[in-house]
Amino acid sequence: MMLIPCPWCGPRNETEFHYGGQADVPYPAEPQELSDVEWARFLFYRANPKGLFSERWNHQAGCRRWFTVRRDTTTNEIFQDDSHEAVTR
Amino acid sequence: MTGEYRLAEGGRINRDRPVRFRFDGHEYEGFDGDTLASALLANGVHQVGTSIRYGRPRGIASAGPEEPNALVQIEEPFPEPMLTATTVALHDGLVASSLPGQGRLATDPDPARYDAINAHCDVLVVGAGPAGLAAALSAARSGARVIIADSDTEFGGSLLGSDEELDHAPAGRWIDRVTAELRATPEVTVLPRTTVFGCYDDNYLVAVEHRGEDTFTRQRTWHVRAREVVLATGSHERPLVFPGNDRPGTMLAGSARTYVHRYGVLPGHRAVAFTTNDSAYAAAVDLHDAGVEIAAVVDVRPVATTLWTARCVERGIQILTNCAVTGTSGTDRVSGAQISPVPSGDSAPTVASELDCDLLLVSGGWNPAVHLHSQARGTVRYSEEICALVPDRATRGVRTVGAAAGTFTTGECLRTGSEAGSAAARATGFDADPAEVPSSPSGPVTPPQPTWLLPGLSADSDHDQFVDLARDATVADVRKAVGAGMSSVEHIKRFTTIGTAHDQGKTSGLLSSGVIAELLGVEVAQVGATTFRPPYAPVAFAALAGRDRGDLYDPIRVTAMHDWHLAQQCPFENVGQWKRPWYYPRPGEDMDSAVLRECHAVRTGVGMQDVSTLGKIDVQGPDAAEFLDLVYTNKMSTLKVGRIRYGLMCHADGMVFDDGTVMRTDEHRYLISTTSGGAAGVLEWLEDWLQTEWPHLRVHLTSVTEHWATIALAGPRSRDVLARVTSDIDLAADAFPFMSWTDGTVAGRAARVCRISFSGELAFEINVPWWHGREVWDALYEAGSDLDITPYGTETMHVLRAEKGFPIVGQDTDGTVTPHDLGMSWAVSKKKDDFLGMRSFSRADTVRSDRKHLVGLLPPADSAVVPEGTQLVELSELPEPPVPMLGHITSSYRSAALDRPFALALVKSGRDRIGQTVYGHVGDRLVPVEITEPVFYDKEGNRRDG
Ligand SMILES: [Zn+2]
Repeated sequence: MMLIPCPWCGPRNETEFHYGGQADVPYPAEPQELSDVEWARFLFYRANPKGLFSERWNHQAGCRRWFTVRRDTTTNEIFQDDSHEAVTR
Repeated sequence: MTGEYRLAEGGRINRDRPVRFRFDGHEYEGFDGDTLASALLANGVHQVGTSIRYGRPRGIASAGPEEPNALVQIEEPFPEPMLTATTVALHDGLVASSLPGQGRLATDPDPARYDAINAHCDVLVVGAGPAGLAAALSAARSGARVIIADSDTEFGGSLLGSDEELDHAPAGRWIDRVTAELRATPEVTVLPRTTVFGCYDDNYLVAVEHRGEDTFTRQRTWHVRAREVVLATGSHERPLVFPGNDRPGTMLAGSARTYVHRYGVLPGHRAVAFTTNDSAYAAAVDLHDAGVEIAAVVDVRPVATTLWTARCVERGIQILTNCAVTGTSGTDRVSGAQISPVPSGDSAPTVASELDCDLLLVSGGWNPAVHLHSQARGTVRYSEEICALVPDRATRGVRTVGAAAGTFTTGECLRTGSEAGSAAARATGFDADPAEVPSSPSGPVTPPQPTWLLPGLSADSDHDQFVDLARDATVADVRKAVGAGMSSVEHIKRFTTIGTAHDQGKTSGLLSSGVIAELLGVEVAQVGATTFRPPYAPVAFAALAGRDRGDLYDPIRVTAMHDWHLAQQCPFENVGQWKRPWYYPRPGEDMDSAVLRECHAVRTGVGMQDVSTLGKIDVQGPDAAEFLDLVYTNKMSTLKVGRIRYGLMCHADGMVFDDGTVMRTDEHRYLISTTSGGAAGVLEWLEDWLQTEWPHLRVHLTSVTEHWATIALAGPRSRDVLARVTSDIDLAADAFPFMSWTDGTVAGRAARVCRISFSGELAFEINVPWWHGREVWDALYEAGSDLDITPYGTETMHVLRAEKGFPIVGQDTDGTVTPHDLGMSWAVSKKKDDFLGMRSFSRADTVRSDRKHLVGLLPPADSAVVPEGTQLVELSELPEPPVPMLGHITSSYRSAALDRPFALALVKSGRDRIGQTVYGHVGDRLVPVEITEPVFYDKEGNRRDG
């Protein structure tokens, strides 16, 4: 069970969180201007790297905040470098 | 009680406390401190069952959790399947039986209590042998919060099974002193009988504590988050592969030594020891000194070590070097061992002698218990030196010491344990020094000679050479796998099932790697080992469940009116964690007749339903209108204060995922409702967009589901009932129009009343603070009693809405359905620049003409209800498969108003097929169904104003 650093509540058990997939996939500024291919890329395409991965978590059973962490998908080691920035930007 | 197998003195058993127990129908006596296995051995019982595939007699092979054979079924005090006799603590009243194969679960509920506890510590020490105790002592003296856990009933580990001395005194004294100091240290938690069985991410370890039959809680699961972990889990002795190596009386040498020293039990009277290393000599010498005749020590090595040779010569024990046991004889128990010189090359071994014995000790070396290290994602490597897997790279915050790290002398275990304990405490910020450790006389340990398969044996003997006793898997099975072209140990494990039994290959895992290596002609290191997975030892589901069963399995959410529903003895439907009344049967009614009556009442009179479970979210802020325009498909910013609009929410892919009503309660404030089961998901979804995409929007969200108790009052007489309990609300249709709300007083309580209808009838939704929910419910019920006001449940609500063609998200939709598919294009704004899902409505896939549409279905009027989930096909007779499917039925009921069955369905190009007949595949029949508009009742909407 991972210990996930919520930027508001501190490290908490993984079971309090809900996973939100890859981070930094911004909603396109002008969706209507995109081709079907470009829109499909936003909707359905996500990275699945072996190694470092920026991903979103929601502290569902806590403060309800969404935040970003970087996790090594091979070791589950979490780096809390940019999470606070991601929430408050 | 002493007998031919119990020594007159010695051991750590309590001879003042005899214990009576039954095994396979026979009464026996043992002592407090015995395991079931040691007590059976003390009574001369070696065979404890038969093997799973071949039904061969099998005996007790070890003295610990690595036991592959001695599986027992506990009958009393409470049935438990598949425990190893070597780990069952003997207690009064124990009744057990041998278990060939699968165990039997209890049919009665377990009356014992199981519990869970969470703990945090600086240093968790797993294992309380010499290394673990020394580690715990070092860490504890620094003031760090320490937990030390060990599977065994008492601390000491390997020291309990030997006569070793520490500081020139029996080791027990040091164990007792350290244990006492640990117990007396306030920040230390001492956990005997506690098996740490899982090591997960970020030093989250799970253990089960066996607290005994007389305690308040029989077993307790510990969830420990440790900053640092010291693994001092010891090692398991490895058996040897040779023909007839499964006969009862064949026992790991170290285990036999344990039976002598710890339990005062002689596992036999005349023993042969077959070994590849020094440790079996210690067993042979100790057994000899305890009165067992040692027929010979058979050593595959060309030369025995000087020290052990001397000790054997002193005692007259014969050593046969460069020899192997190449066969055994006996029926239910070993009676003799065939000894051959180790054959070289392909020449068949010649039996030089046969030695009579009733005990055959074996030792193929020792496997460090690297299970937890490996579970924590530490890597292991094969050590040529000790012929076993040892920890290689460790995970952060995990240290392995002692025999678990391949360190086999007591002195080194003590020293490295002490150092690891202080290093772990230092890593957590404590000023720790290694505690001083006692002196140990144990000398150096010479490495074993790698021995996996004896050369030169005939292929016939493959079937008699067992690699995994628990799975009855032999060299023949491995040879078959290798012959089929397998070379990966993971594949061979699955093909042969080696290592998949209750013991998870504690004795057979590496042994099989060695055999595979020999058969493939490669190094063992190349073959490697299979993955170590939790649990380290079997754990009862009851322990994992703890108190989370029955009523406590999951939170139960009930409404303010729940007690009233209970009093009606209505069945409940589970909606998420909510309990919702399903229908309210009157005496003699079944579900169908109750629902028909309830539907009829709402269509012709008045009904009432508790709809408090609908999710409610308070949306506040200057940008609330803009926000809701983005998340609903229709426009909410144009909604006037006082009005209500139905809304659909879609994911960005354009698929419907929730629906509900939106009330504008103020210029900057809305109250939105969600489906009962979807409330939490919708809130998380809205928060996601607010926090990560539109943080500039000044909007705040609060769940107010439990703030409002909500009562739906529906039917042509609903206005009459409400009028009797309110005086400050004008209920006339023009003063209080459909899809509007007003505040007022209902039954003397402040209420917010809405004109919303989910049935098509004139209806009101009365919201009052939760606290007043029951009171207002009672008042409405009372007020409508002369009109036969009829409480109705979710089933009637479903029928009534289906008659109106209103879909239920999650029942009539499944995440692949757009608003257009539902025929709800009217709820999709064409005036907005963007909203979630909008772009997807013009994707090639969503504009296909053959998408599935929500349509109505009419089976023949006199037919039965066609089951939900029924697949629909084009033709009245099934063609050869594959049969093209048109869609399926999503909702299906009998209608009181129509007096016939009807259904909703998702059908390919459904709206273009209206009027056509398709066929529902029910059992082995095809039922004709006519495709219709989805609205069956009051298409014009004449009834909503009453
Ligand atoms: Zn939080």
